[in-house]
Amino acid sequence: MAFVIVATIIVIGTVLWNAVSPWWFTPLASNWGFLDTTIIISLWVCGVAFVAVSGFIIYCVIKFRYKEGHKAQYQPENTKLEVILTVVTTIGVVVLLAPGLIAWNMYIQLPDDALEVEGVGQQWVWTYRFPGEDGIYGNTNGRLFSSKNTFGIDPNDPNGQDDILIRSAEVHLPINEKVVFQLRSKDVLHDFYIPQFRAKMDLVPGQQSNLWFEPTLLGTYEVACAEYCGTGHYAMRGLITVDTREDFDAWLAEQPTFFETLNEGVEGQGKQIAQTLGCVACHSDDGVNGIGPTWKNTFGTERLLDTGETVVIDEAYIKESIVNPVAKIGSGYAPVMPAYATLSEEEIDAITDYIKTLSD
Amino acid sequence: MEQGANYEGQPIHEPTGWWSRYVFSQDHKIIALQYISVALAIGLTGMFLSLMMRMQLGFPGLFESIDAGSYYQDVTMHGMIMVIYLLTALFLGGFGNYLIPLMLGSRDMAFPFVNMLSFWVYFLSVIILVSSFFVESGPTGAGWTLYPPQSILEGTPGGDGAGIILMLASLAVFIIAFTMGGLNYITTVLQSRAKGMTLMRMPLIIWCIFLATFLGLLAFPALLVGAIMLIFDRVLETSFFMPEIFKGGEVLDYGGGSPVLFQHLFWFFGHPEVYIIALPAFGIISELISCHARKNIFGYNMMVWALIAIAGIAFIVWAHHMYVAGMNPYLGFFFATTTLIIAIPTAIKVYNWVITLWDANIKMTVPMLYCLAFLITFLIGGLTGLFLGNVAVDVPLSDTYFVVGHFHMVMAVSPVLALYGGLYHWYPSVTGRMLDDTLGQIHFWITFVGTYLIYFPMHYIGFLGVPRRYYSNDQYDFIPQSVNDLNQFITICALIVGAAQFILLYNFVVSLYKGKEAGPNPWGACTLEWQALESPPGHGNWGEKLPVVYRWPYDYGLPGATADFVPQNVPDEQIT
Repeated sequence: MAFVIVATIIVIGTVLWNAVSPWWFTPLASNWGFLDTTIIISLWVCGVAFVAVSGFIIYCVIKFRYKEGHKAQYQPENTKLEVILTVVTTIGVVVLLAPGLIAWNMYIQLPDDALEVEGVGQQWVWTYRFPGEDGIYGNTNGRLFSSKNTFGIDPNDPNGQDDILIRSAEVHLPINEKVVFQLRSKDVLHDFYIPQFRAKMDLVPGQQSNLWFEPTLLGTYEVACAEYCGTGHYAMRGLITVDTREDFDAWLAEQPTFFETLNEGVEGQGKQIAQTLGCVACHSDDGVNGIGPTWKNTFGTERLLDTGETVVIDEAYIKESIVNPVAKIGSGYAPVMPAYATLSEEEIDAITDYIKTLSD
Repeated sequence: MEQGANYEGQPIHEPTGWWSRYVFSQDHKIIALQYISVALAIGLTGMFLSLMMRMQLGFPGLFESIDAGSYYQDVTMHGMIMVIYLLTALFLGGFGNYLIPLMLGSRDMAFPFVNMLSFWVYFLSVIILVSSFFVESGPTGAGWTLYPPQSILEGTPGGDGAGIILMLASLAVFIIAFTMGGLNYITTVLQSRAKGMTLMRMPLIIWCIFLATFLGLLAFPALLVGAIMLIFDRVLETSFFMPEIFKGGEVLDYGGGSPVLFQHLFWFFGHPEVYIIALPAFGIISELISCHARKNIFGYNMMVWALIAIAGIAFIVWAHHMYVAGMNPYLGFFFATTTLIIAIPTAIKVYNWVITLWDANIKMTVPMLYCLAFLITFLIGGLTGLFLGNVAVDVPLSDTYFVVGHFHMVMAVSPVLALYGGLYHWYPSVTGRMLDDTLGQIHFWITFVGTYLIYFPMHYIGFLGVPRRYYSNDQYDFIPQSVNDLNQFITICALIVGAAQFILLYNFVVSLYKGKEAGPNPWGACTLEWQALESPPGHGNWGEKLPVVYRWPYDYGLPGATADFVPQNVPDEQIT
């Protein structure tokens, strides 16, 4: 009897939960409402199947409990019943599959008249590139990556000179315009996922993947990495701000082109370098420790190491920690930082200067 | 069909002392126990790792030792241990070894020495796996799918150390062990059946183990190839899976490879692997539900063909794990269709189990409780699979907690419920004693209700969009505080369920000495393993004369018989 009671509570609770769950879809902010519809269809079809089958089980357990001396009905086969059940199931599967395939077809047909943006992932930051006035991206090549050219754009390609580079985690998009994201990764797999847009696609190094949507609601939305990408995976957060077209244009006009970034001096660019190399994914500038220690108010202080020794955070220590991070690991931190051995002296100095400015 | 007769009266690999009887034994029953013991031991480790994860999610910061790196190591090792080293080994190495010869009326496996070797090589793979906990920088934290490039690069725990190499090496060794065991199971099923045991008279669990082994033999090589190529990429800097990579401010010495290729290899193995675990669980349920409901299984022929269909289609659904992985998006149409088609034979299995309950004579024993709990859990897990398999529906849900809820329901909780049902059912056959019923009931209720409370709510934070494999949710504004509260609740449930598993272990040990004497056939089962002369069955299983089979294994409630069951080795004229 206990089973009947518990199973009944589970079945009723499972169904009712869909009405009262405090956790449900985030408010929709893109054109992909049809994906929600397919989930709702699936919930209905599967819900009916769940209630029917579990109800049948519970009924049998009540009705056909063991009685001494009773013998069960002997019926090894019933072809008619089996055929009916197979047909009913097939119909259920078709009802689920048809909208799923239709939605998928919409999802993968990239619109021609869309705004193009390139989303670039690296451990554990997002950056973006717009093709600029000519509407054509400059060629990229994995061999051209450097701390100076973090998008790997061919400097000799005329199409690349006017590419607009967004070297921060926040990108703006105009409302009610289709946008195609061309996604690529510099290092490992990532996944570009915005819960309110429902859209999601992996970034794969060495190839391009595509994703399109149309933002339908003004506001700022979070980009969450949804493909495990190493220790800092959970901290790989970006932002998308959906603007009016005017605000978007104004914002875009402020962003540097590739040509401009090529001619930037290194001096005074520590913050930018830290951003493009991804340092900021682990080292915050606001005093909160992340995967690595914060940079705020640390220069000149003493740090306890995992060996129990202490070290003063000075130029030499910062340089060593960039070039050979595992040499002296701060107490409480995992030795997960990659070595940035190829940075130039000027770049390291720029980062150090930037860290100094973060101390009051 | 009468190959078994060849062994008649022949002594085989008779043990000569303690070592050859209990350690380097070639007796399938001892080997089964060895598999079960090692699998349960490593499974407990896997459970402990999951509780560490839950502590971080429910009570972040309580244990300072759980940093992001060690959290991901726990995630990875938990997944791999549970899927491969616990469930695969336990179902095929444990149940397969114990049941195949006994249920088919053979003296032993076809190749007893290879069978023994299979266990010891499996044991070696477990040792290699465990050793990775003790190397510098620890075991790999690459996620159980071990996706390159991150799995073999720094930035992932163990990626630049020995952790990932030991993981891959251990898998390779495991596959060798599985191949030796698997060829043995196939050969035994095809060659060593008792007289009268036609293929269509085999108990469904033997069909299930047979087909699961087939799947394993065809699927594991893809993983082996992937693992070896990945070791090459890591050690020799080949670039099978590695494109140009810019990392740590420099371009690495890789180029030209494809990370997606690894995913195809992994899931070409990985999806059949789901069925390698699920089919034996199906088999256990088929046996238990018929025996404890005292009714013949419904639609045996249909069940066998459904199994064969599942095993076949299982090889053409793998890329439903990769809808948003950056593969050619048009493949999505094909794989969604095949994936939803596989739901049809799977549904037939469920229908036939529940119809078996109709007009039955249901004994609410502990094994029966596990069957019923399995049906409910498997229903939920199977139905949510229709969401994830259905390509566009998968897009918002992929890599969220919905996936975690789904696969734990369908390939963690369901198989474990079947497994526990099987342990309660066959414990008397192994030991000659019954497990304690009260302890069994307590263990059952905590496990069933507890796991439901753990995994059911996860589907809804998946709807919300909370990504899985997050060490912490603090940074995200779209994730409300209530998710952390729920995580706390789930962690408390997990701790209780975890602790309750020791009731089973306690029951195992105590019942060994104090359990009620079981007698030869305590459940009144039709299958041959309960019809041996000795109880528990001795070496060689059947004494002088091998059993002869006259009927299918589900003659419960046969009209005309006095008893409510007729064993397989009883001829028509002896029915009273």
